[in-house]
Amino acid sequence: MPESAPILEVQDLVKQYPSVTAVNGVSFAVPEGICFGLLGPNGAGKTTTIEIMEGILPPTAGAVRYRGEPMGARFREEAGILFQKTALQDFLTVRQSVALFRGLYERGLDVEEVLQLCALEKLAERDNRKLSGGQQQRLLLAIALVNDPRVLFLDEPTTGLDPQARRNFWELAESIKARRKTIILTTHYMEEAQLLCDEIAIMDRGRIIARGAPQQLLREHFSEVLLELPRQEFPEPARALPLKLIEASDRVEISTNDLDGTLRTLIEARVPLRNLRIRPANLEDLFLDLTGKELRA
Amino acid sequence: MMKRLLAVWHARNLEFLRDRPTLLFTLLLPLGVVVGMGFIFGGPPRPLFTVGVLGPRIDAHANPFLHERYVGFVPVRDEAAGLRAVTHQRIDLLVDFRGAARYWVNTDSPKGYIVEKLLLAADPGARRLPVTGRAIAYVDWLFPGILAMNMMFSCLFGVGYVVLRYRKSGFLKRLHATPLTALEFLTAQVLSRLSLIVFVTVVLYAGIGAIIHFHSAGSIALLLLLAVIGSLSMIALGLTIAARFSSEELVGGLLNLLTWPMMLLSGVWFSIESAPRWVQRIAEIFPLTQLIDAARAVMLDGAGIRRILPNLIYLAATTVVFLAFGAWSFRWRVD
Repeated sequence: MPESAPILEVQDLVKQYPSVTAVNGVSFAVPEGICFGLLGPNGAGKTTTIEIMEGILPPTAGAVRYRGEPMGARFREEAGILFQKTALQDFLTVRQSVALFRGLYERGLDVEEVLQLCALEKLAERDNRKLSGGQQQRLLLAIALVNDPRVLFLDEPTTGLDPQARRNFWELAESIKARRKTIILTTHYMEEAQLLCDEIAIMDRGRIIARGAPQQLLREHFSEVLLELPRQEFPEPARALPLKLIEASDRVEISTNDLDGTLRTLIEARVPLRNLRIRPANLEDLFLDLTGKELRA
Repeated sequence: MMKRLLAVWHARNLEFLRDRPTLLFTLLLPLGVVVGMGFIFGGPPRPLFTVGVLGPRIDAHANPFLHERYVGFVPVRDEAAGLRAVTHQRIDLLVDFRGAARYWVNTDSPKGYIVEKLLLAADPGARRLPVTGRAIAYVDWLFPGILAMNMMFSCLFGVGYVVLRYRKSGFLKRLHATPLTALEFLTAQVLSRLSLIVFVTVVLYAGIGAIIHFHSAGSIALLLLLAVIGSLSMIALGLTIAARFSSEELVGGLLNLLTWPMMLLSGVWFSIESAPRWVQRIAEIFPLTQLIDAARAVMLDGAGIRRILPNLIYLAATTVVFLAFGAWSFRWRVD
């Protein structure tokens, strides 16, 4: 992880709605030049947190500082934002939509350069309402990049995209990372977080429950491998075995340091092993381990 | 089918009932209309004709004509102002009973023609005096009002619903994440709409003017300036309504609440010379009244900038006030 001064500091953030506390005392700092991931299930408070960081929502308490200063005009000039859902102005082409936003900033990239960066050259004259989901997301990313931002917010950028479009988007995000931009990413796709993020914070019920580099967190929480079995193939009596079981909606996972011993125990208990899968722990397991819930629940 | 219909009906009712501002407005609007109509049109029957009577006050014994039913009599102190009112058909007849009965009538006015018959039936000796200057036909008098009313609808509804749509779709939220300020956004909306409205008004003026053979007595450049400042004021008014709310029904209702009184009381269709004084005072507050009065002064009387300067200043000042209020109360996102 690169060592540098924080570009963003979140201090004791609270967002209270009449019936719920969406964000409950969240603090963290984001060093410049990294990809920072906010992870959590729907309703964990990650979108509220990111919208406060973007200056879109006012916090009930706490503060966000950008480059050591309260959020202000400089932040708006230097931040690029891709919301979870955004409608654009009707009847504009892709090029006109990008040009509209380019006109709102003092400095930034040339429109053609942004179109090229996001692989939109061939779609430049198309009405923005006639784009596929993946193309639409690339256009919104182009708009977020039009001011050559120092910090880029991506709020669940690949939700609803097909696998191919998602992979294309990740390639784009990698190329942006390579330009030393700071990226703040929220996602509930663990593959996405593991691929893109240098550092993550896992949120649940408005609080941060774990924070660090993905591999470091996994090393801290798991020294074991995981054995995965379909839930319906795991007999009820086997639950009484002396194993560390993790229950998921469609499967049962067994965490172990002694792979041979665990396999012997399962065979002796006549647990069917034809669909057994052995894999190292990932961020999904980490979340399950920390909260007892699946990430996409 | 009935089940599906009921499900949709029920959901829509819930949506409506939970939209508190709209619900409140829907309940209060009819009540307000009833009270307002009662004030304006309550009491004895309204007169069918309006006759100006020269002099500081009206002496009911001065002439038997003053006892005619369904004729409203209003005192007119200044003869020149009275003659202008006859010419513009703001009053149907001007009479002077301070000596031998004499009167002035606009021969192009249908109502003037009928009320003249009533006067001569009551006092056959009344003497008609010529109305100096060009008599204004009703269609000429109506023309500036129609143009201004068209501008009002385009200004208020054109920008109001667009901003509302932007807010509901999340486009405003996206703009909020840029350095764009509320005042910049609103000003851009005003200017965009302004150019469209001025263009349409110029086309309408030329087109309708050619059909009814209308020629403005005053400066076309002054009319253009008036159209620009009048449009600015009413677009800014529309933006103050759309600045905050997210419900189409509420915004639609508020826009109707603004447009209907303006359409009825700003003198688009008929003069409100015989309406109670307080109604006239309220009408003067409306930008549309200021716009129509000034437009008629230029188009019918050939008034110059000095005469309509108070109207222009009023419209410019309301533009600033409405824009400032709109920027202050502006909401980028649905609450």
